[in-house]
Amino acid sequence: MTRTPDHSFRAEGLRVAYDSHVVIDGLDIEIPAGQVTVIVGANASGKSTLLRSLARILAPADGRVLLDERDIRSYSGREFARVVGILPQSPIAPEGITVADLVARGRYPHQGWFGRRSSDDDRIALEALTATDCTGFADRPVESLSGGQRQRAWIAMALAQDPDILLLDEPTTYLDVTHQLEVLDLLHSLNRAKGTTVVMVLHDLNLAARYADHVVVMAGGAVAASGAPAEVITAETVRLAFALDAHIMVDPVAGSPMVVPLSRLHPLTPASVPQSH
Amino acid sequence: MTTSLARPIAPTLPAVRRQLARRVALVSGVLAVLLAAIVAVSLGTGAYPISPERILPTLLGAGESKDAFVLFRLRLPRIVLGVLAGVAFGIAGALFQTLLRNPLASPDIIGISGGASAAAAFGILILGVSGAMVSLLAFGGAVAVALAITLLASREGLSGYRFVLVGVGFAFLAQSVIGYLLTRADEQEAVAALAWTVGGVAGARWDDIGVIAVTLVPLLLFLAALVPRIRTLQLGDDTATGLGLRVVSARYGVLAVAVALTAVATAYAGPLAFVAFVSAPIARRLVGGAHLAIIPAALIGAIVVTFADFAASTLIPGVVVPAGIVTGIIGAPYLLWLLATSNRGRRNA
Repeated sequence: MTRTPDHSFRAEGLRVAYDSHVVIDGLDIEIPAGQVTVIVGANASGKSTLLRSLARILAPADGRVLLDERDIRSYSGREFARVVGILPQSPIAPEGITVADLVARGRYPHQGWFGRRSSDDDRIALEALTATDCTGFADRPVESLSGGQRQRAWIAMALAQDPDILLLDEPTTYLDVTHQLEVLDLLHSLNRAKGTTVVMVLHDLNLAARYADHVVVMAGGAVAASGAPAEVITAETVRLAFALDAHIMVDPVAGSPMVVPLSRLHPLTPASVPQSH
Repeated sequence: MTTSLARPIAPTLPAVRRQLARRVALVSGVLAVLLAAIVAVSLGTGAYPISPERILPTLLGAGESKDAFVLFRLRLPRIVLGVLAGVAFGIAGALFQTLLRNPLASPDIIGISGGASAAAAFGILILGVSGAMVSLLAFGGAVAVALAITLLASREGLSGYRFVLVGVGFAFLAQSVIGYLLTRADEQEAVAALAWTVGGVAGARWDDIGVIAVTLVPLLLFLAALVPRIRTLQLGDDTATGLGLRVVSARYGVLAVAVALTAVATAYAGPLAFVAFVSAPIARRLVGGAHLAIIPAALIGAIVVTFADFAASTLIPGVVVPAGIVTGIIGAPYLLWLLATSNRGRRNA
């Protein structure tokens, strides 16, 4: 497998608004190439909006997103889609579509005007099905699959697009914990094997800490903190971003920071802490 | 999760695709044979029956002159117009339903055919025009309603639900315009206008057929270029954008083709209720998967119109029933079934 080329991908002075409601204001961010970046933040902190702006689904009111130092609006649709792919939150599968058909449609940006297929298209789509372990049910309709299988099928479609940078909006929503880990393991191994830059929005801070090389914490439409999980996921940032008191421990399995939330009913007492960080 | 190469690879991609392609080809083949059978029976049946062994020589120019007159002047124009209008309606319905992700989104439900009827009725009853002028007005009426719906529904992008609701509003508006015009008209004119607003192919002339055929060719070529875009649009606006599709312009492109197909078919054959509405769902059910099924939908449209015209002209001897009455009888139960079952159906995530 060839190593994915590195791209510089950043936003500067980004301002995004829905009508008059400003969600992101004056945001700067740089996505490290070849790494797994996880964006976390409270509800309505602008995580999804940021991801959708990076994917060109939303047009910024001000500022710009630069891919290889070129404004992403100056790329043609397919040219951009060959470098940056996005898996939206809960995407819609047309009724009756089979997994194979869905994944094959991920090849759209690589095909010409009348959608002519090349032998590369089949090979890459099959690789995507194999990498996500979807080959066993490739001929089944997407709606007949379990939640975990369905999410894998969508990731396979995004892999068939073969982007160098893959954005995912809450890829673990609606999945039970086993399937959440399965999907995140898959994305992690994709990043390590091919060097694909992965940027995802996650809700779960502990999973974010485990899987991220780089964490971006958003609060109030701006970046509150960013960096390696061990530096960023601290009691202070959690309080700042989520208005939550938390105790930070070391994940005994992954060695990453682990957030133990506190509340009125479960405050921190000296007796309740076996090992402090 | 690890990827294991030892796992048996059930169906390969080309195999899955070939399977679907074979199914589309099989369905289209059977439909084409059925259409040919209806055409053959229609050509031979009527007040002046022509036996099957005389039809083919006559069509090839070697028959009796009386047979030739009946075939070329009376029966063939209706059938050809029926086939072309059915193809146009079938495809238009498939496009509207796919574009707006709603089985109710068909030009006859969302007022586009209604706009054509209202304009035609206005032309016949108020302006006193006939023939090509009525067709031109009908075309204009369809396009005007489509533009009005688009303007009113597209404030936040072209959402399917809004489009259908605004369209249903226009359908009622068109109905009340037609009703008002009919109450003002004298009896004979009202009958002509009423027949027009139902739709039929009895008045088919070769000149009109030429116009439809010439219009259909560029539309269908343009549609062929849009097919990969429609298949991408089916995945939802965000995913389609992520795949590099210019979603807004693709949507307007598909909408323009669908409106033009509806407008040109309505201009010459009238609204022919429910043909656009039923063809694509039947085609999709026969083909399976998320296939656009454009060719099967076109064939089913042609079958429904030619069969309806055959039934309308033979079932009650001596009485001319417009084909649109029969298509309505075929389509209305399907609408009721759809409304009764739509909320019980599976929704995909």
